[in-house]
Amino acid sequence: MFQFLLRRLIVALLVAATVMVLAFVLTRLSGDLATSIAGANATAADIEAIRKAYGLDRPVITQFFDWVGRAVTGDLGESYFFKARVASLIGERMPVTLTLGLTGLVIALVVSLPLGILAAVRENTGLDRFVQMVALLGQAMPSFWLGLLLMITFGLQLGWLPISGTGSWQNYVMPGVVLAFSAIPALTRLTRAGMIQAMGSDYIRTARAKGLSRASILLKHALRNAAIPVVAIAAVQLGFMLGGSIVIEQVFALHGVGFLAWESIAKNDFPVVQAVVLVLAVIYVALTMLADLMNAVLDPRLRSA
Amino acid sequence: MTVAAVNAGPKRGWKSASTWIGAVIVGTAAICAVFAPLLVPHDPFAQDLGKRLLVPFWMEGTDPRHLLGTDQLGRDYLSRLIWGCRISMLIGVTVTIVSGLIGITIGVLGGFMGGRVDDAVLFAITTRLSIPVVLVALAVVGLLGSSLPLLVITLGLLLWDRFAVVARSTTMQVRNLDFVAAAWCAGCSHFRILSREVLPNIASHLVVVATLEIALAILLEAALSFLGLGVPPPLPSWGLMIAEAKDYMFFSPWVIVIPGVALFVLVLGINLLGDGLRDLFGARSDP
Amino acid sequence: MSALLEIEQLEVTFGGRTHRSTAAVRGASLAVERGETHCLVGESGCGKSVTALAVMNLLARGGERRARRLSFQGDDLLKLDDGGMARLRGNAMAMIFQEPMTSLNPAYTVGSQMTEVLRRHKRASQRVATDRAADLLARVGITAPGLRLGQFPHQLSGGLRQRVMIAMALMCDPQLLVADEPTTALDVTVQAQILRLLAQLQRDLGLGLLLITHDLGIVARVAHRVSVMYAGEVVESAATSELFANPCHPYTQGLLRCVPVPGKIRRDQPLGSIPGTVPRVGPGFEGCAFRERCSFADATCAHTIPRRNAGATHDYLCRLPA
Repeated sequence: MFQFLLRRLIVALLVAATVMVLAFVLTRLSGDLATSIAGANATAADIEAIRKAYGLDRPVITQFFDWVGRAVTGDLGESYFFKARVASLIGERMPVTLTLGLTGLVIALVVSLPLGILAAVRENTGLDRFVQMVALLGQAMPSFWLGLLLMITFGLQLGWLPISGTGSWQNYVMPGVVLAFSAIPALTRLTRAGMIQAMGSDYIRTARAKGLSRASILLKHALRNAAIPVVAIAAVQLGFMLGGSIVIEQVFALHGVGFLAWESIAKNDFPVVQAVVLVLAVIYVALTMLADLMNAVLDPRLRSA
Repeated sequence: MTVAAVNAGPKRGWKSASTWIGAVIVGTAAICAVFAPLLVPHDPFAQDLGKRLLVPFWMEGTDPRHLLGTDQLGRDYLSRLIWGCRISMLIGVTVTIVSGLIGITIGVLGGFMGGRVDDAVLFAITTRLSIPVVLVALAVVGLLGSSLPLLVITLGLLLWDRFAVVARSTTMQVRNLDFVAAAWCAGCSHFRILSREVLPNIASHLVVVATLEIALAILLEAALSFLGLGVPPPLPSWGLMIAEAKDYMFFSPWVIVIPGVALFVLVLGINLLGDGLRDLFGARSDP
Repeated sequence: MSALLEIEQLEVTFGGRTHRSTAAVRGASLAVERGETHCLVGESGCGKSVTALAVMNLLARGGERRARRLSFQGDDLLKLDDGGMARLRGNAMAMIFQEPMTSLNPAYTVGSQMTEVLRRHKRASQRVATDRAADLLARVGITAPGLRLGQFPHQLSGGLRQRVMIAMALMCDPQLLVADEPTTALDVTVQAQILRLLAQLQRDLGLGLLLITHDLGIVARVAHRVSVMYAGEVVESAATSELFANPCHPYTQGLLRCVPVPGKIRRDQPLGSIPGTVPRVGPGFEGCAFRERCSFADATCAHTIPRRNAGATHDYLCRLPA
């Protein structure tokens, strides 16, 4: 178990290192950064000054290792546009994105676990087909479009929820639902498949032979085993949601990390862009490791292996 | 088993119906895409500021020459919708070709060679999954300027993970089957075994992945275009149509409903077809 | 006084009542007396496991049971709803299965899975239940029961798991234990141990034991009474010694010829075998299902066969005289 985690940690660090290279290369794709930072009206002297000031006159390799060396200590550089430390910019915006992501995950789980269990228990009935249809519809739903439809319906016509902003919990309802929609199909299908497999297993027959109550059979014996893959995928889905929240934050004008990244891309603010890519990748890797740990807690076979 | 066969009875009917619905949707979209220049009733790029935001046919005061009305610049909405289908299908298919080539190569290599090569392949897949797709695609297009080929290459470079995962696991299964062992023993070359024994046997799985990837690429393109960093205007991408119409949606909701429904139905159709194909191939591989 | 478990004319079908349905059990009857080991014998697919599952009301989805009579301790099981049946299962009647490797829930400890039976049926405290579980583990021959209670199924061998299953079945002092081929999946040496344990527990606790097996060697050693099943029917039923001495149904005779009995069979004499396979029996099937494989069969075997007596407690389903 310990060895397994150690291996995972090494892989995670390697992934982070690779992502650093990719993020760095990504922001240098456009060619001369100094020119794009200076803007269209800059003189050659301005550009040269910017190049010096931001250290862009040094060899690319030096720039890279400089960035990596600082990033490891938590210093992600300085934003050209916001004139602020990138780390503190991301730190300020992160709570919004995390709130959004967790809201989405909670909604997704609250919807997909019961749906998946119901579909499994009523396998091959109308209810089962209905649930599978819902999953298919959710999979085909463009999230930004769903966001706009919700805004028109619940924000404008019914006036139940605020259309944009981050003032109260109500601001997170619609974006959370939209984000959850992207995870619900996968989670529902997995719960359904896991429950069907568990309900057909020998240990469930034993549980029935023991005369246990239906609730105990379903929720204690079957769900516990069906939950193992669901937990892993839920963590991964949270990672995808955080990465995908850039679209939702844009739709609902939530000033989270995604919004920050979008602004920075528009302004050619490359330190912020590469930092956000790195931070989101590291969070994703951390979440997959967390999923492994939770699996070990849920599955005793993994714990002793 | 008999029991399973009985249980599968009603499901099969429902499943095949949904597969047919999917096939019809995808077929219609393909026809729209290929014959778009012949099908459009108006020039999708022609602006007419005197006819801005005409309403579609089901509302009061519609113009019979513009069945789905016009947009904020007076362009015929039906024509832009058909042209947008062409863009969506074009991007979906080309992105899937690019990502399929990358993913299948990587996956088959890892699954076939095993050992160190496979470790490297797994590492590549893990790294790829940790990269936030939308953000990186936005950054590339934002930094390099939007163009159709750039968009296709960027998405293709980002969406190969599922191909690689499926190609790798199915190749591993096939590699361990008896007829591949027989081919080894008969002294066939690596290339011959890969092309004659392995690829034909994993092809059906890859076709299913391909349909799902087309759907995913179409959704992503729409999202990127919606954020203004996808298909360059004035090309009528459905995502871009929604973005351009967003300012008017509170007063004329149909301007975002029409392209959104088109997008939703197309993606749903592709997924239905993919699910149907999966069942079809699944049944065949298990006689 | 009625028998502990009485099954009369049990029918089990899968897949509804359409033309595609299969009849797994067709009018099977048998009775298990208190404190008696009753063996149900037959080859794979003859419906012996399905009979046991039908008694426990544990049939897989799509399975449907009907019977003229199905009573346990004089109570009609057919009249019980799911809740009433659940109150009996694991309590007065318990079952152990063929697959010890997969029959325990991998996510919970042995102790947790054992104690929940007593807590559910007897409303026992965790403490009382744990003590009882430890006692029973010792009773089924597990050393260091305290340690085993805290372990997970994957940490135990197949033989140990089957012992745990047996101990778990005994938690509530059942009157009837149904054992569905409990030794088939185990190593030969372990098989003998488990079988000896079952026989001993049956004697010591006065259990009614319905033991399902295809192994006539087992039958000869432990059974008081035997019922032979073929294609969903009980074709012959008798006290063990009577059945071995005087098998009346050609199928039973064939089965017995397949078993080498030292002293009775010469060393160079080939073992018997029954030609052909079990036929598919659909709805509306009439006559003897064994007639295709039977050397005594004639045209009358295609019609309904009467049940004959060959003694007070010996009956069989064949037109041939005893």
